[in-house]
Amino acid sequence: MSLTGSTSGGRRAWLSSRSGVLKGGRLLISLAVTLLGLLLITFLIGRVMPIDPVLAVVGERATKEVYDATRASMGLDDPLIVQFLNYIGEVLTGNFGNSLLTSRPVIDDIARVFPATLELASVATLFGVFIGIPAGVIAAVNAGRWPDHLVRLLGLFGYSMPVFWLGLMGLMIFYGKLDWVAGPGRLDIFFDDVVPQVTGVILIDSLLAGNTEVFANALSHIILPASVLGYYSLAYISRMTRSFMLEQLAQEYVTTARVKGLSEWMVIWRHALGNVMVPLITVIALSYANLLEGSVLTEIVFAWPGIGFYITNALLSADMNAVLGGTVMVGIVFVGLNLLSDLLYRVFDPRAR
Amino acid sequence: MTDHAISHGRRSALFAWLTSETPSSRMQARCVQWFLGWLGLARNPLAMLGLAIVVTLILAAIFAPLLAPHDPLAQDLGRRLLPPGTDGNLLGTDELGRDILSRLLYGARITLYVVALVVFTAPVAGLIVGTVAGYAGGWVDVVLMRMTDVFLAFPRLVLALAFVAALGPGIGNAVLAIALTSWPPYARIARAETLTIRNSDFIAAIRLQGASPLRIVIGHVMPLCVSSVIVRVTLDMAGIILTAAGLGFLGLGAQPPLPEWGAMISTGRLFILDQWWVAAMPGLAIFIVSLGFNLLGDGLRDALDPRSGR
Amino acid sequence: MSTPLLEVEGLSVRFPTRNRVVEAVRNISFSVGREKVGIVGESGSGKTMTGRAVLGLIRPPGIVEARKMHFDGTDLLALSEREYRSVRGNRIAMVMQDPKFSLNPVMTVGRQIAEAYQVHTAASRSEARLRTLDMLKAVRIRDPERVFGAYPHEVSGGMGQRIMIAMMLIPDPDLLIADEPTSALDVTVQMQVLAIVDDLVSQRGMGLMFVSHDLNLVASFCDRVVIMYAGQIVETCKASELHKAQHPYTRGLLASLPRVDQPIPRLSTLTRDEAWKTEPGVDARIL
Repeated sequence: MSLTGSTSGGRRAWLSSRSGVLKGGRLLISLAVTLLGLLLITFLIGRVMPIDPVLAVVGERATKEVYDATRASMGLDDPLIVQFLNYIGEVLTGNFGNSLLTSRPVIDDIARVFPATLELASVATLFGVFIGIPAGVIAAVNAGRWPDHLVRLLGLFGYSMPVFWLGLMGLMIFYGKLDWVAGPGRLDIFFDDVVPQVTGVILIDSLLAGNTEVFANALSHIILPASVLGYYSLAYISRMTRSFMLEQLAQEYVTTARVKGLSEWMVIWRHALGNVMVPLITVIALSYANLLEGSVLTEIVFAWPGIGFYITNALLSADMNAVLGGTVMVGIVFVGLNLLSDLLYRVFDPRAR
Repeated sequence: MTDHAISHGRRSALFAWLTSETPSSRMQARCVQWFLGWLGLARNPLAMLGLAIVVTLILAAIFAPLLAPHDPLAQDLGRRLLPPGTDGNLLGTDELGRDILSRLLYGARITLYVVALVVFTAPVAGLIVGTVAGYAGGWVDVVLMRMTDVFLAFPRLVLALAFVAALGPGIGNAVLAIALTSWPPYARIARAETLTIRNSDFIAAIRLQGASPLRIVIGHVMPLCVSSVIVRVTLDMAGIILTAAGLGFLGLGAQPPLPEWGAMISTGRLFILDQWWVAAMPGLAIFIVSLGFNLLGDGLRDALDPRSGR
Repeated sequence: MSTPLLEVEGLSVRFPTRNRVVEAVRNISFSVGREKVGIVGESGSGKTMTGRAVLGLIRPPGIVEARKMHFDGTDLLALSEREYRSVRGNRIAMVMQDPKFSLNPVMTVGRQIAEAYQVHTAASRSEARLRTLDMLKAVRIRDPERVFGAYPHEVSGGMGQRIMIAMMLIPDPDLLIADEPTSALDVTVQMQVLAIVDDLVSQRGMGLMFVSHDLNLVASFCDRVVIMYAGQIVETCKASELHKAQHPYTRGLLASLPRVDQPIPRLSTLTRDEAWKTEPGVDARIL
């Protein structure tokens, strides 16, 4: 492509915007198919559940007539495909049924617990990004020497440690023995409901309310679970940064930057890292999505009232609606993050615009 | 003296045969390939450490009855929660007075059992799906890869949780849930490999000889995908162990009194502040074993896959 | 001729690999004044490594050794990395083969050129911008404003190479190393790019080290030719006297070129003699 000639430039812009629409359309279709598949899986899981949903409603001692009537009214006698379509309709309108445990609509429960998970995963990702990227860059620049081995080993440790165990050990040492941080939960009990809930993210809500005491307490509670969780994203991000960086450092434009007389610092952090950031955006979004998964176990260990905690508790008390609703929600957020990473990629890479 | 010289001579002859650049048979070519891979691996001390850990795990599992000082299930309430280093209980005892070391050794069997079952199911399923999708192309490819994408769209642990919820807790169901959630990456890898192999000249030649698609996929495409899948499997084993332990920790995997490491941490959680070893020891075991698989997998990748670089 | 701009004596570049040491450049001596010197050789002859060694761009594990490497009175061998940076770009610049790879894909063209200027001057952002636009005009880009804000993938190869030249010449260096600057380009734009290089180099009275595999091109473009083979200089002569070349390798190269005025049914292929690798190289300095 050449920039000379303005008419062809205009035509190209038109062409590329049309292909952008096409791409967007294809993306939306694949998104819809993925979500449909996701619902199919949770639907099928719901069907093979050994727990009888009718019994849960009518109770053990209902007569056969009552049982059958309820079963029919719940739509369980319909063909599977009809049931599935109904299920999609319900989910699309945000109806996941009521939770047995809380006897409230599952969707309300999820709205209540999700901010806690987002808060945890976000702080953890900050850890991963601000430590993982520099670590990966340093490892790549010193490839084969001790900083590289150190980062590699730290990463391997992260890949090898059970997150719930690391959390427990952290609690034992930093809360139990050293008393540097607060224990399980999001806040100390007497700070509960002190600041009005706006976003559901306590770190933000407390700042909005100007209550530094609550903020400090929330920070002291989140720091340990977030660093435990962040360690995993650090391991992943630093490893990917290293390999992207090695690839970029071998490129000709890096030599160009050196020929210009730029310092090694500028060559690495401005030129090479600028190019690494493009694929890294995807990695960060993926690691954020993976944290949702890691947060299940972390939330259990730290009694963190997020979505993982919710799903697990529901599971242990056979609260099927809550389990499936939570699973669908996590799946949707997961897909959404993947989509977001794709969009961000287009924003950050001039070649993809 | 002559003895030594002869054995040395024989060894170097074998070495030459194994490193020949002009193998005279297909068998020799294959041996040379494996041997060179092994040499590459043996040069990497961390990979060797990983291999040693994995071998130790296997030996511990096999010889658990001989190595364990106590019955892993025998309770002794008089000797409960003893710290590590106590006479007769090297790693201490748990809340029911059971010897932690013995439980760890027997727990190795459960870990290996889980890993082996998953490793012999998920990658095979992924390999079949991936090679068929890649070789067939067209709508078969689209449908199979969509399915793969849908499974990939779930966080693995959450999906495994939902599966276990549906199937009921227990070690068999935990394995099934892990296998059901871990085949998609293998399908992706196998498909990518297949796409490059499919268009190569030698496949065209085989096709011209009249080989059926099934024969081509099984006889020629799959074997070529195996090495990259193996590398991925080794790297995934740690993940499998961690997921299994996570399910155990949540009470959804192996049920008590089985000495499963994750479940052991779960009980140790109650005593974490005062009797830390009850939770610390099984976690350490999981960590070391996962690290072993990760080190080995890393080394294998470097040795078998020259493209990955370092 | 007065003291040359660049004088190199006994330069060697080696790369140790697992099993042996690869000798990319073996004990060569040459000089470049304010003239156009063509360095010709086939791929692997060490011509690219020679250029990179002069710029101090050979990184460990590569080893550079020389008895003498002087640039305009400065001993390059004695420079610290920091001091070398004030030579690189500022005094000696280099244009590389393919602008597709040698331009940073995620930075605008303008920013990349202005950066080259700002590293070596205390120029403000707006000043650098003006200089960049001037420089883009100097390499005959008609619409500098637009190219300034463009990304490298949005420009053609020929324009990319002109941008590269602008970026390299903006700090006003004394010596330009051009490493196969036209071989990745379309034949139709090769001549345009060469004409730009020629003009700017002579206008500014710079020295040019023109690295190429194309003997014809070098002979017509440069003042002096240095022929490299297997890391050594096997022959050097004035471009105008190339037909008098003695070395069998040079003669072979000349014989394998097609000529319009003397068509022959079959071009000869080059035969290489192992002995060339062991016989001592030629000193290509003009002092």
